[in-house]
Amino acid sequence: MADEYILEMHGICKYFPGVKALDGVELQVRPGTVHTLMGENGAGKSTLMKCLIGMQPVTEGQIIYKGQEVHFKSVQDSIHAGITMIQQELSPVLERTVADNLWLGREPMKNKFMCDNKALYVEAEKLFKKLNLDVDVYAKMKDLTVAKQQMVEIAKAVSHDASIVIMDEPTSALTDAEVEDLFRIIADLKSKNVAIIYISHKMDEIFRISDDITVFRDGTYVGTDRAANLNHDKLIEMMVGRKITNMFPKIPCPIGDVMFKVENLSSGKQVKNVSFEVRKGEILGFAGLVGAGRTETMETIFGMRKKDSGKVYLNGKELDIKSPRDAIDNRIGMLTEDRRGNGIFGLLSITDNTTVANWKAYGMPMNHKQMLKDTEEFNTKIRTKTPTWETRIMNLSGGNQQKVLLARWLLTAPDVLIVDEPTRGIDVGAKSEIHELLSKLAGEGKAVIVISSEMPEVMGISDRIVVMHEGEMTGIIERKDFSQELLMRYATGGSAIEGLKQTVNAES
Amino acid sequence: MKSKADKSQFSKFLSDNGIWVVLVVLIIAITLVNRNFLTPQNAVALLTGESVKGVLTFGVMMAILSKGIDLSTGSVAALSAIVSAALCQQATATKLWAGLGTMPAIVGILAGIAIGCIVGFANGWMVAYLHLHPFIATLGTQLICRAICKLLTPGPVSKLTPGFRFLGNGRIGPLHMIVLVMIILFCISAFILRETRFGKSVYAVGGNDQAARVAGINVESVLIRVYMWCSVCAALGGILLAGRSDSADPANTGLNYELDAIAAATVGGTSQTGGICRISGVAAGILIMGVINNGMVMMGVNDQMTFIVKGLIIIGAVAFDMRKNRVKA
Repeated sequence: MADEYILEMHGICKYFPGVKALDGVELQVRPGTVHTLMGENGAGKSTLMKCLIGMQPVTEGQIIYKGQEVHFKSVQDSIHAGITMIQQELSPVLERTVADNLWLGREPMKNKFMCDNKALYVEAEKLFKKLNLDVDVYAKMKDLTVAKQQMVEIAKAVSHDASIVIMDEPTSALTDAEVEDLFRIIADLKSKNVAIIYISHKMDEIFRISDDITVFRDGTYVGTDRAANLNHDKLIEMMVGRKITNMFPKIPCPIGDVMFKVENLSSGKQVKNVSFEVRKGEILGFAGLVGAGRTETMETIFGMRKKDSGKVYLNGKELDIKSPRDAIDNRIGMLTEDRRGNGIFGLLSITDNTTVANWKAYGMPMNHKQMLKDTEEFNTKIRTKTPTWETRIMNLSGGNQQKVLLARWLLTAPDVLIVDEPTRGIDVGAKSEIHELLSKLAGEGKAVIVISSEMPEVMGISDRIVVMHEGEMTGIIERKDFSQELLMRYATGGSAIEGLKQTVNAES
Repeated sequence: MKSKADKSQFSKFLSDNGIWVVLVVLIIAITLVNRNFLTPQNAVALLTGESVKGVLTFGVMMAILSKGIDLSTGSVAALSAIVSAALCQQATATKLWAGLGTMPAIVGILAGIAIGCIVGFANGWMVAYLHLHPFIATLGTQLICRAICKLLTPGPVSKLTPGFRFLGNGRIGPLHMIVLVMIILFCISAFILRETRFGKSVYAVGGNDQAARVAGINVESVLIRVYMWCSVCAALGGILLAGRSDSADPANTGLNYELDAIAAATVGGTSQTGGICRISGVAAGILIMGVINNGMVMMGVNDQMTFIVKGLIIIGAVAFDMRKNRVKA
């Protein structure tokens, strides 16, 4: 046994205040293989890896590495032992050069006190050459594309001569060519008997490179199998624990007249001449790849981003929106993509977080009783789970935080609700509840716009889907024509099938 | 289960109000060394002595809460003191501005406040619209205001009218006006923070300015109002200071007061990372700094030792807060 596996994790539990992030998770990794971790967002994959490398202490459980039980107390410990990780969210030192970043904390030294600046660059160049990557080692990190930054990060992890390399969604920002580079590097590592733990949501990728696959669901262990024994459907069923069709409870509802209309909207390079309309009771999906300009389009509508040209109409009236305040006053709400960055106020209570966009309505001195009443009413309606309404929002799970934010926007009684990646990073249960809620809102006669990068999601809940590619609209698809292939074709900038082209033209 | 909940309630109460415990312990310790510390006379001396810094603290607290800082408060106090004092000099005094008659006290006071408004607006505008780091913006205004003071008058402006001095030096019965002003300012601050949309917006902007913008808060306007509030408090402090000492000195009035104010707000649990502030904690912070200043003298400890104790208390308080907030995060 000890020979077969380089890493074994048994009964790993990790508790955060109010949340069981991991509950009795198992993982066994063979050397020289790619072991993929799968599960919905929030299933605990990243948390398990953070526990492994000592970024977070495990609450319970046993980690056996190279036949010995280990407890890494810090990331330095685990790197030293030969485990490196490419983080999902990069944290490069933007103002320093590629080489500086590559050797950060382990710079080649001339003597005890002085860095060998020449070797720094020479070694970096050697490394990239060896990996066959085209990166300028003298460039400042901030001047690189996210994809190139990712490649630097990958090179850094590889350069440690590790026995295990963990890759947490390494391809999320990469182009196809760069993905090929990455797979080449992975194959090279495998041939050197390095084990790779690979986290990804992209099925094609997973089946292409994986040897073993382990599936998690809501922080629990579902199972491990050879990739050869699995297929698409089996895997999804393991991940979700039920047939995927239940995921998107769409309530059919009558669709009325055009309520919200955007004409020729442009903003910088990210939004080029976008036009669409949403009807009363309709859910309009926005699909596309990362960086397609969907978020930027919505930010422009919501007044977060400067509008270069274009018009926005609500119920036939042209709106002049210069700031989110203007948008809110015109009954437009927007749940933003970056929950931590511009959504929640971590230090403030659920009550404050729920009522913040509505503070105008509570007079002076502020009517705290009414605030609490509204908080309770709206959060109960959407089943937010919290110990008290005074709890700081940062102590809630991602799903519950998202619900509080939804409550915030519902409280403003918007006519148009824009939600950007509404279910990112939240557990499956909360996810389908949010889908149900959006469906219900449309049923109440609101216009709902949903941006989602998860194709099944956007196809599951939308009545129509707008697809964007590099800032431009490439197509509008009616529900009856929904298919992953068509979406993908538009999303990658491909031209439409002839018959559908007419539909698109008719729409715009 | 229940006792566990009680226990965590108790420890929560302790960690939230630990600052008051520190204050009580300090008072007891000093009283043990010198019985005269805990007397009404000394309490009055302590409070009147700390009032000006207290007023400045309620101002800078707001700036820190918004994730900023204000280093100009001491200089703003000096400038406000000099201008308002110059307007309210007695007829017999050597006038700073010869030919200018003696103005009613209210004119002097309003002139001082106006100065606060102007400097505060400038600070806020630089922070909100030029995106200067508040440390730099207010460091600039600190130097400029102090320099203007010295340009206006080479020496102290003194012999002020009793009417003008009333706020800083007067009494109503046993109650000293200067202490009353501080208490009123405490109440106003508490009201703003707890009961107004502006107060809540300051918490929101300090906690996450991006999220505040998305939630429809006018972040720029909030920041400008924060720095105006801060400078108006400072200006009021200057008026009190001039009234109390019957003079406004361009070189020394309010010198380094901004640091004492920042220290008191910080010891009171206002976090430099923004978004965290309890008004009761800040009140305790002001009293703690006062108790140390006054108590060390009563104990016959020399000046340098007092600074060392102050330094340690500031470091200790912040270290404690960091730990507390880390556990919660």
